[in-house]
Amino acid sequence: MRRRWLVGLVVLLLVATLYPASARGQGAVRLTFWSWRTEDKWAYDRMIRVFEQRNPGIRVEFVPFRQTEYNTILSSALTAGRGPDIIHLRAYGGLETFAAPGFIEPLTFEQVPELRTFSRQMLEGARGRKDGKLYGVPFASQTIVIYYNKKLFAQAGVGVPKSWDEFLAVAKTLKDKGILPFANGGKEGWTLEVMSGAILPNFYGGTTFFDAVMAGHTSFKDPAYTGALARMLELRPYLHPNFMGVDYATMQQLFLNEQAAMFIGGSWEIGFFKAQNRNLEFDVFAAPPPKAGQVPWVSSFNDGNYGVNAKTAYKDAAIKFIRFTATREFGQMFTDLLAQMSAVPGVVIKDPVLKHVQEMNRKATPYIMLVGFRWQAPTGSTLLQSALQAMMAGQKTPEQVGDEVTRGLSAWFEPFRGR
Amino acid sequence: MPGSNRSAGDSAAGRAEVAPPAPRSTPSRRRPPLSLRATRRLWLIVFLAPATALFAIFVTYPILSALAFSLYAWEGIGRRGFVGLANFARLFATFPYSQLLGNAFWHNVLVFGVTMVVQNGAALALALLLARSPRGAKIYRVIFFLPVTLSLVIVGFLWALFLNPVFGIVNRLLAGAGLGAWARPWLGDPATALLTLTLINAWRWLGFPTIVFLAGINAVPEEYLEAGRIDGATEWQLTRHVIFPLLAPAVTIIVLLTFIGSFNWFELPYVVQGVSGGPNRSTDVLSLFFYRLAFGEVDTGLQDIGIGSAIAVLMFLVLVTVSALAAVLLRRREVELA
Repeated sequence: MRRRWLVGLVVLLLVATLYPASARGQGAVRLTFWSWRTEDKWAYDRMIRVFEQRNPGIRVEFVPFRQTEYNTILSSALTAGRGPDIIHLRAYGGLETFAAPGFIEPLTFEQVPELRTFSRQMLEGARGRKDGKLYGVPFASQTIVIYYNKKLFAQAGVGVPKSWDEFLAVAKTLKDKGILPFANGGKEGWTLEVMSGAILPNFYGGTTFFDAVMAGHTSFKDPAYTGALARMLELRPYLHPNFMGVDYATMQQLFLNEQAAMFIGGSWEIGFFKAQNRNLEFDVFAAPPPKAGQVPWVSSFNDGNYGVNAKTAYKDAAIKFIRFTATREFGQMFTDLLAQMSAVPGVVIKDPVLKHVQEMNRKATPYIMLVGFRWQAPTGSTLLQSALQAMMAGQKTPEQVGDEVTRGLSAWFEPFRGR
Repeated sequence: MPGSNRSAGDSAAGRAEVAPPAPRSTPSRRRPPLSLRATRRLWLIVFLAPATALFAIFVTYPILSALAFSLYAWEGIGRRGFVGLANFARLFATFPYSQLLGNAFWHNVLVFGVTMVVQNGAALALALLLARSPRGAKIYRVIFFLPVTLSLVIVGFLWALFLNPVFGIVNRLLAGAGLGAWARPWLGDPATALLTLTLINAWRWLGFPTIVFLAGINAVPEEYLEAGRIDGATEWQLTRHVIFPLLAPAVTIIVLLTFIGSFNWFELPYVVQGVSGGPNRSTDVLSLFFYRLAFGEVDTGLQDIGIGSAIAVLMFLVLVTVSALAAVLLRRREVELA
């Protein structure tokens, strides 16, 4: 009796493991698509339906995981020789982690001709650093901006500042009128990195400095950089009195509930803000330059890519899907549904706030640590985030921050050795 | 394997039927009976096998594989060539790892110290009070133990809410009590974050050592205390010279568990502060440091499994060595005093 039960179990297990193999024989190909965008599932499901209608015989299932667990789940699956057919991948160093060991299928312009039309800056985020090959189709570009509450600005009688001094004056007026000028906090280091991404480029000189630092002509000890860091300290009086305890969720709540007038953050918030508070009247502006009349720099980056698992059993179908994500049709749906700036060129933006973001991107500079220094650990972001927390808490000077970041990066960034 | 288990089970069951009063007088059935020792051994195997198997799969194997991983070079999540102790050298010699390692280790030591004094000290005091069976002792026992039954994730989430500088009640209560100047970003200020976390942890765990100590105190034979009282000992003398020595086994257990808990501390800092051990690494502990390197920071996702495994191996060595030493030393005291 017991033996029969055991045999039954073994048979069941065998059938379960063989199932995907036997399914291959039957007409419809089933692709799985893993992602960390749990909140976007509804939109992906809709876009996938369009693909499925065009491509009968291919079914795609979108499976999102919690953002904080996604990397661990994905890397465990890939090392075990499994994982999804289509993978939502990050860009730059976050892509390299999976591409360098050979887990991602390299793509050519012949396989995905649409990629030829993508901007160089977007494609840089889809390339492996070691071999220069393309590993995915970029899906969105993100820009670091300053959100402001139109109603609160009107109430305080202030407008969009044109220069840094005006910016501080606006913050002071708001504070004097009893309105918290900035929702930003310091409990989560990455929100401070975002803040630095908005404020710093106008003071360190945008892409000129980026190119110089990447080439090793200078480092983060450069007074241009540390001087820019010091500007962040000038905002401290206009943050919440206990801002070091303010985490990301609280920041969002402060801005959504109209308790704070400004929010320094990424363009990825637009959709969330709109969905959470329909009555919130907000717009964005670029962090103001030192002098009025100068065109400000904005930091922007490739947000991530759609890639194909090198071990997928359905390479053709998976590449067909990847090609679909590179079409203008997909890009348009992506922008319309998610209020994000699609990486596909030629997409028409209808959302007025997003349109402003697009206009600012005429003078875009790479979001420095993410684009340039996330290729190996310790990453520039990791180093900068904790150092910024110390700086904002008053424990480190801007010079010490520049020093620590440069020293940490010299572990793998050769040009910084001995600096 | 299942077959042998079954025969062992059957024969033992048979033996039980034959019963103890008349040992071996009635010849057993067809099968020759296993000797008593063999039967016992079989039973030991039956009962130990599942636990041993689980332990081997989920404890021994991961430890050994971490040890192996720490000796290889890694490229993202792909294993490359054998590099000997290079990962350890990197951990100890390169900035910022060398600094972060010392920083995290020191935090583990601090957590252990504060937990010993605050949590276990308070637990001992409470246990001594409860042992005198004041009115409502049973209710208090339940109340003190209640947080232990809560999930750490819930505890972390609740306290993060209480301590939120904008919406939290802690700063609001302080302001209400006229102590508004004391309000601060408890979890966001590098100066207070670790202590705050340790105290939350102590609040969560307090009931556990209390119950263990209480059980130890209640196990002290009443005659000893009466004898002491007849000799005219004061309450303090009784506590100091009768109860404390006999409490030594409970103390051993609590010290060891606190040590292991402090050096493996992960859940609460992870839930409340995230993997980066912020702000500015002020709540970083070895487990978080390990996790970050092995699995990547959330927003970077860059993994360094070699160095991560090296930290895991170091943690394991520290835990095993210190626990073993402490167990021997503390046990020796028990023997002397008992």
